[in-house]
Amino acid sequence: MKLMTCPLNGERNISEFVYGGEVVDMPNPAACSDQEWSAYLFIEENTKGIVKEWWMHAASSYWFIAERNTETNEIIRTFPSSELYMQRVDFRAAKE
Amino acid sequence: MPLSLLKYGLTKQPKLQRHFPPTPELKNSYDVVIVGGGGHGLAAAYYLAKNWGITNVAVLEKSYLAGGNTARNTTIVRSNYLTPEGVQFYDESVKLFQNLSNELDYNILYSERGHLTLAHTDAAVRTARWRAEVNKHLGVDSELIYPDEIARLCPQLNLGDDVRYPILGALYHPPGALARHDGVAWGYARRAAEYGVEIHTQTEVTGFDIEKGKVVGVKTNRGNIQCGKVLQAVAGMSSEVARMADFKLPIKTIPLQACVSEAVKPFLDPIIVSGSLHVYVSQSSRGELVMGASAEAYPLYSTRSTLEFKEELMMHLLEMFPFVGKLRVLRQWAGMTDMTPDFSPVMGLTPIENYYIDAGWGTWGFKATPVCGKRMAETIATGKIPDLIKPFELERFYRNEQVGERGAASVGH
Ligand SMILES: Cc1cc2nc3c(=O)[nH]c(=O)nc-3n(C[C@H](O)[C@H](O)[C@H](O)COP(=O)(O)OP(=O)(O)OC[C@H]3O[C@@H](n4cnc5c(N)ncnc54)[C@H](O)[C@@H]3O)c2cc1C
Repeated sequence: MKLMTCPLNGERNISEFVYGGEVVDMPNPAACSDQEWSAYLFIEENTKGIVKEWWMHAASSYWFIAERNTETNEIIRTFPSSELYMQRVDFRAAKE
Repeated sequence: MPLSLLKYGLTKQPKLQRHFPPTPELKNSYDVVIVGGGGHGLAAAYYLAKNWGITNVAVLEKSYLAGGNTARNTTIVRSNYLTPEGVQFYDESVKLFQNLSNELDYNILYSERGHLTLAHTDAAVRTARWRAEVNKHLGVDSELIYPDEIARLCPQLNLGDDVRYPILGALYHPPGALARHDGVAWGYARRAAEYGVEIHTQTEVTGFDIEKGKVVGVKTNRGNIQCGKVLQAVAGMSSEVARMADFKLPIKTIPLQACVSEAVKPFLDPIIVSGSLHVYVSQSSRGELVMGASAEAYPLYSTRSTLEFKEELMMHLLEMFPFVGKLRVLRQWAGMTDMTPDFSPVMGLTPIENYYIDAGWGTWGFKATPVCGKRMAETIATGKIPDLIKPFELERFYRNEQVGERGAASVGH
């Protein structure tokens, strides 16, 4: 069994978690081009090596960030997203 | 002992024929360099030579030939997809497959079994119906069938309602088939080599020379070469190789596992897939049950095998075929698949001039080996993208024109 440490719930079976994709900064939807927005949605770094990615503990809906080696599957560190993101994103409709 | 046997034993053995020549020295320059010696790269090499007379071609493979996903897949060939683009594309491949042993004069053990995608919920019945209608409209043999007909095609299947997910119906695709995966790669390699294509194993591509947005050379662990054009066909390594040429792809590298049982007498004719139970099974020509599931839950550049995979798989398989509980698992393995968000491939041009891509084959690319080889060869030779593969270009992600095949490709590979 592969274990992952949830910053909120402690060590759990990795099957309790949902992978949520690479940590990438979101471009400003109101200002960026369609190209940039598509790249943000679909294009991946898909790095072989150490990466930062979003994970969620499903039962508690708690999102956090993990540093993981995608070659060895070693989970190096998990931490609350507040270490990287201090502000809530304000979603306002873009002016057409 | 019969005398003839004794005589045979004492005479000199006939000289064994090599399948393809040993790796030659690298030349300074090739018209086309193909990165990746899996089925896709080798098929493209064959069609470049045969259909377009382009023979100054090198296939560069970092390991032994066709030891990647080509060697690891569960060899299901079918065209019962969901989108018109997908159905037409895979249908051409099925037709090429049906004649491939003849074309290559090489037995690929093509075996038409019929393919059943079981539906255990109303939603799955609806998807099956949808696929059947799209298929029939495009001339592909598919229909929605119900338990009486399923029992006729596969009497071993547990059709009772004493299980968690009783079977309500199935999408039946008579042309669904299996083939010898290695045979496909070796057959293409052998015939390509006869045309003069060079096959270089143990030759890893480590970078590219790009001048003013155009690829002009390839760097390898055996030295640098110049090239006219490059075709990248490296499956799970797609993102890493593309990074060497400085562009990105909508691909995640995710392991897919499979296993086989010990060999038993033939009893299972059709290929059985259950999307709801996340499991599929067929019986190989030498009697093993070949079993698999959907790709794993998160990216990993590794081909390790896990106990969790087997546990999940067996739990569901036992609902369908309770008696397989008596069988032992013989081998288990994994491949690194190049998964796209819409479960369709990425074929065609890249931001780099003269650099072509054949990627995003995820868990479904073995069946596309012939059509992709043929159409990528056409693209490279003519510089024009054939209509058949146009919908699959990388640019579709920037136009929001995905070719959504999840409903037809996430478990049934
Ligand atoms: C368990 C499993 C089951 C599957 N089942 C099915 C199925 O039933 N039906 C189906 O249609 N598809 C199936 N697939 C998918 C199918 O196997 C692949 O899509 C297909 O084989 C891809 O072929 P390829 O030639 O592109 O890749 P590969 O055969 O993986 O070849 C790519 C080659 O590139 C080489 N390479 C990588 N990097 C470099 C480099 N830098 N330099 C030189 N060479 C390099 C690799 O060593 C490899 O040999 C399955 C896959 C798996 C893993």
